[in-house]
Amino acid sequence: MTYAPAPAVEVLSANKTYNNGTQALLPVDLSIEEGQFVTLLGPSGCGKSTLLKMVAGLLEPTDGRLLLWRKPVQQLAESGKRMSFVFQSPTLMPWATVERNVRLPLELAGVEKSMAADKVKEVLALVGLSKFAKALPRALSGGMQMRVSIARGLVTDPDLLLMDEPFGALDEITRHRLDAELLELWQKKKLTVIFVTHSIHEAVFLSNRVVMMAARPGRIVEEFAIPEAYPRTAEFMVTTAFSQHAKKLQDSLMRASEGQEAHFS
Amino acid sequence: MNAPHMPRLIQPWAQNPKVQKVIHPILVGLVLVVLWQGLVTGLNLPPYLVPSPILMMQTLFTDGAVLGMALWVTLKITLLAFGVATVLGVLISFVFVQSKSIEAALFPYAVLLQVTPIVAIAPLIIIWVKDPTLSMVICASLVALFPIISNTTLGLRSVEPDLQSYFKLNRANRWQVLWRLRIPSALPYFFGGMRISSGLSLIGAVVAEFVAGTGGTGAGLAYQILQAGFQLNIPRMFAALLLISLTGVFLFLFMSWLSHKALGGWHASEVVSD
Repeated sequence: MTYAPAPAVEVLSANKTYNNGTQALLPVDLSIEEGQFVTLLGPSGCGKSTLLKMVAGLLEPTDGRLLLWRKPVQQLAESGKRMSFVFQSPTLMPWATVERNVRLPLELAGVEKSMAADKVKEVLALVGLSKFAKALPRALSGGMQMRVSIARGLVTDPDLLLMDEPFGALDEITRHRLDAELLELWQKKKLTVIFVTHSIHEAVFLSNRVVMMAARPGRIVEEFAIPEAYPRTAEFMVTTAFSQHAKKLQDSLMRASEGQEAHFS
Repeated sequence: MNAPHMPRLIQPWAQNPKVQKVIHPILVGLVLVVLWQGLVTGLNLPPYLVPSPILMMQTLFTDGAVLGMALWVTLKITLLAFGVATVLGVLISFVFVQSKSIEAALFPYAVLLQVTPIVAIAPLIIIWVKDPTLSMVICASLVALFPIISNTTLGLRSVEPDLQSYFKLNRANRWQVLWRLRIPSALPYFFGGMRISSGLSLIGAVVAEFVAGTGGTGAGLAYQILQAGFQLNIPRMFAALLLISLTGVFLFLFMSWLSHKALGGWHASEVVSD
């Protein structure tokens, strides 16, 4: 018997139909191995956020199952694994300092104070915001707020990081920088990441696997591997390999956006 | 001093918005008072029609003891009513946000309370409740209650949805969500409600006094106005009126200060953009 690494995330024909009859997502099957960086890419309305929120347990699938390390999301703690979610907007508490925002998940989990303080210091240093520990969110730029949000996501030492278009609202330069920082963290912390985006370049740059989705009804249409070596730097973005991957994704995205796909069963 | 050179005379500190915020209203007030004094003197208006500002200030001093007592009574009713309305309003809001159906069932009655003119219910309350101070506090509280209820309820409900999801993802219990998320989110709305209610409790107190018409040691400013009206003591009427207005302004300023202290720095309404 050969040993296969346990999949971190298993989506077993999970689908979502809202009460008003809208089919947000047709049955989806997806298996993500530990340590993978997977991007969900597709036009708006393709259900990529819905899928991510189902993995997080924020949405219940209408049918089908979702497993994290072979356990239902609600029992994730039993397997000793942790999951963090980073939203599209920083979703910080505007009344609390950066430090208190980052400490929130630890406080909610009842982690002891001095231990929490050390952990907060560590992740703030990791995202380069040590100097701003006492600042209020509104004193920070959009990019810095997003870094606080990522720090808050990392402070619990997650094994799985779910990110819902986290850099979508930022300017291009800031986004590139945060993408690069995220890759570093992913390698350093050996995370499993599911990353939702509508940017082809971001998908190619970040992931080793891209899942293309289409809209009306939301479904998975194609999968791509991006088997380029890490660490990836800005130079990677001007290589031929990069543009070839981008071109393939571009064509697939065009087909997905047309809505009438051969894959539609 | 000729006009074309005026800009040079304006000192930099006078262009500071914070200074202007204080100086401009004072200038308007001074102009109005001077105009008023000038009109009264110029047109030779008798004091029983319109007293001059100077006479009004004089009355404020000569009748100081009576008016001071009256001010104390009105202020007491106002503050008690404001306190009752705040506590009661917050408690009711907490009940409202427990479930949509509770709110749906009870909210119309809160509205009913708000739209029924207090003058119309005040006589009833005064008949039912023997103690005059208590009856007046009840009247004034009823007037001040609604803004606290509606604002605090709105505030407790207006939590950013993603932040709420974040708490849910981290398995926060009901108490943690209330204490760490709902209450801080509601504070700006709550203080907005308090600011409106502080003025309304004063109005409620004055209306209640009018209806109750209590004299003697329990006489408030409204009663002084009534009495002064009967006696055609118009300067005293104006002096009492001035005290009521000043009380209202003071309450408003105090609430604004409190709101600034509580929210300063983080809420958009309290951040000065220079």
